[in-house]
Amino acid sequence: MNTVSNGALPEGTPAPAFELRSTPDQSVRLGDFSGRRLIMAFYPADWSPVCTDQMALYNEILPEFQELGAALVGISIDHAWCHAAFAQSRNLHFPLLADFHPKGDVAQEYGVYDDEIGMSERALFVIDEEGVIRWSHVSPIGVNPGADGILAALESMSAAPVPA
Amino acid sequence: MSVVLERPRLTVPVSERDHVLGPATAPVTFVEYGDYECPFCGAAHRSVEQVLQVMGNDLRFAFRHFPLSQIHPHAYQAAEAAEAAGAQGRFWEMHELLFENQDRLGLRDLIGYAGALGLDLERFVTDLRGHAHAGRLREDFLSGVRSGVNGTPTFFVNGLRHDGGYDVEVLLEALRSEL
Repeated sequence: MNTVSNGALPEGTPAPAFELRSTPDQSVRLGDFSGRRLIMAFYPADWSPVCTDQMALYNEILPEFQELGAALVGISIDHAWCHAAFAQSRNLHFPLLADFHPKGDVAQEYGVYDDEIGMSERALFVIDEEGVIRWSHVSPIGVNPGADGILAALESMSAAPVPA
Repeated sequence: MSVVLERPRLTVPVSERDHVLGPATAPVTFVEYGDYECPFCGAAHRSVEQVLQVMGNDLRFAFRHFPLSQIHPHAYQAAEAAEAAGAQGRFWEMHELLFENQDRLGLRDLIGYAGALGLDLERFVTDLRGHAHAGRLREDFLSGVRSGVNGTPTFFVNGLRHDGGYDVEVLLEALRSEL
């Protein structure tokens, strides 16, 4: 397992509430996922090669995430219009949230905003049915963290999952 | 930021279930997770062919499917075609044809390749239409996900992920270092 020392909110912390645009005219709130598990995948930017691989990979593993009772959202500082084009071009079947205004606000709250580059780090959070962070992970920015850590975290969480 | 990177390991070892070239007793086992529509896999395929020639009996090579079907619309069915050919004992011939024709992977093309290989076409088409090999494809895919395959192509040398690119020289160096 990769380990990176970081300021990401650790396991056991209540996940900070958020409300972000998923499309130019729709918003998604943390509360929308109450009673379900949520995977939050922060990534630096739409279109960059590693993010593309990472999101394409997660897109393929959605059935396994769902079987483990988890929904997935991707989050970057890109605008909802940019996300719309990116999601369409990659045929992504999960929401991309725009942490656009105020820029990077949610990434800051979760402790994964990189002020030097003005983008979020590449960070993963698994949040349980009660809204508590059960696993978090930050990768080096150019490294695709894959999905094995997420799957292992979901599997280690007790209680029978309710399919998402 | 302090970073400790450990290279992931292959979680499902090569076994009878795999499509394998080279002797089981070879000192080096080389595994690829690939996608027939991925251009990088196409390039890597040519390297692998050369590496197989150079390494001879020192190398055992296995190929597993990792189609990113949402970005490569033909990749999944192409993988099914390879398996359907495999069910008739011609996996590697189809594998070769698919990589040689990465921009011609429509159903008609696949049936054409099956015809060229002299396969039982009715059985081949039934396999594709009925997704007879879907279970195996998912098994391959998930074994990759669990082993740190995050994109294609991804290689493992004696069970450890190879992170160094896939030029012939780079691959040979990694493989020979195991001898």
